[in-house]
Amino acid sequence: MIELKDVTKEYSKGNAALNGVSVKIEQGEFVFVVGDSGSGKSTLIKLILKELEPTEGTIIVNGQNLSRMKHRQIPKFRRRIGVVFQDFRLLKDRNIYENIAFALRVTETSTRVIKKKVPAALSLVGLAQKYKSFPKELSGGEQQRVAIARAIVNEPAILLADEPTGNLDPTNSWEIMSLLKEANERGTTVLVVTHNQEIVNEMNERVITMKQGVIVSDEKKGGYINED
Amino acid sequence: MRISTVGYVGKQGVKNIWRNKMFSLASIATMSACIFLFGLFFAIVLNFQYIVKSAEEGVAITVLFDEDATKTQIKEIGEKLKARDDVSKVNYVSADEAWESYKKKYFGDSPELAEGFKNDNPLAGSDNYEVFMKNQSKDKDISVNNKSLSSTQNELVKYAESLDGVRKVNKSDVVAKTLSSVNVLVGYVSIAIIIILFAVSIFLISNTVTMGITVRREEIAIMKYIGAKDFVVRSPFVIEGLIMGFIGAVIPLGILYIAYSKAIEYIMTKFSLLNNIITFLSVQRVYRGLLPIGLILGVGIGFVGSYFTVRKHLKV
Repeated sequence: MIELKDVTKEYSKGNAALNGVSVKIEQGEFVFVVGDSGSGKSTLIKLILKELEPTEGTIIVNGQNLSRMKHRQIPKFRRRIGVVFQDFRLLKDRNIYENIAFALRVTETSTRVIKKKVPAALSLVGLAQKYKSFPKELSGGEQQRVAIARAIVNEPAILLADEPTGNLDPTNSWEIMSLLKEANERGTTVLVVTHNQEIVNEMNERVITMKQGVIVSDEKKGGYINED
Repeated sequence: MRISTVGYVGKQGVKNIWRNKMFSLASIATMSACIFLFGLFFAIVLNFQYIVKSAEEGVAITVLFDEDATKTQIKEIGEKLKARDDVSKVNYVSADEAWESYKKKYFGDSPELAEGFKNDNPLAGSDNYEVFMKNQSKDKDISVNNKSLSSTQNELVKYAESLDGVRKVNKSDVVAKTLSSVNVLVGYVSIAIIIILFAVSIFLISNTVTMGITVRREEIAIMKYIGAKDFVVRSPFVIEGLIMGFIGAVIPLGILYIAYSKAIEYIMTKFSLLNNIITFLSVQRVYRGLLPIGLILGVGIGFVGSYFTVRKHLKV
């Protein structure tokens, strides 16, 4: 599903954000990527999304070698990947329904399908009643749920979440993690970059720990390795 | 591409203008200012060329005949000259008329000085044709008529000299050359100013479009993450650019239309003496060229500005 072979990413000569990273994530896995700031977690997500090109190495996602992928093939590739960010990244001038429909419209989905899929996605995240609300009228937790609904509405094979609970209180954080776990149970491969020790330790899933651009630990049922 | 997607991007383009009211207003105002300046300059240059061309019309050459030229020969010369495309008028001036005109011009204040020539015309044998050249700009578009007066006149002189029975051809070289050089100068100055105006407008438009896109960089990034094709990301911005370009052109063209008509009317009533010296082009005549050029300019700048500025943000 996701495979990195000896991947190095240098933003400038001699300054490697990732250094010879090799990792394989199978279909249907739920994986945490943890580590300090600057350990290369976000770079990893950007490389998987083909937002960045590796300096060296090979990345294979959904069976496609990203180094060989042409620019025009990227949109189709990304439609199979859902992304959730720490800052939600919702369109503030559109209501919740439109924010989710937006993901379908720009991927050229028919209006008939949009009318069916958006309410279904909103129901999955428990916001069916608030479809007319604007982002500023929602709490942080609710906004992140909308972001998850937008990420899963296209039924992606992979869901990438970059610090999804970074701006949320513990209760909301758990709600978000439950939604991600539900998506995983429906068959989506989920990769979560996080600093939330409590959640990582409680969920008992695979944990990849990174430090200064290299993987220092990869445990099938791991916990958060606290360096302090 | 689905029709619903085309409809969606089109609607988004229109909505974007409203969503970013301040940016849209700034862009339209910038575009309007540039096109207004361009239109103003265009109208001035066009009128100047028209005035110069009208002045050219007054330039004549004089064709003198051989002493033994017969009346039939003289008549034939006149007909051949009249048949030419570049000739507007051919006036026959007899020796007596030439002498009368000379007397009036040089002995007007003291006619007694001409008394000595009472029965003896000193200009005998100077029967001639006064040939006036046609102002071609009246028949064709001024901008197309690039042939200088000086060269047209030289062609005519050569032709006249080649005719049987012609002794000599006098031409007003200085006037012709001066008018031609003025025309060339106006041409160069107008090209220079138009280039500067273009550069300024593209710079200003690009800046305002960049501002607008920076505000919506996040929206573009989200679209790219979701898997939108470049066409879908770009189209609303391009449609927005086209609409703003169109509005930004229509407003100054409308204002200029009214302002030009009023200004010409005002000048001609306030300074009626000018009527005899210069004639301004009608607003319809100016807009025959200015309207399509202004619209193409506005829509073109809107398209180029938005298309290329969005392109930079498509690499997410």
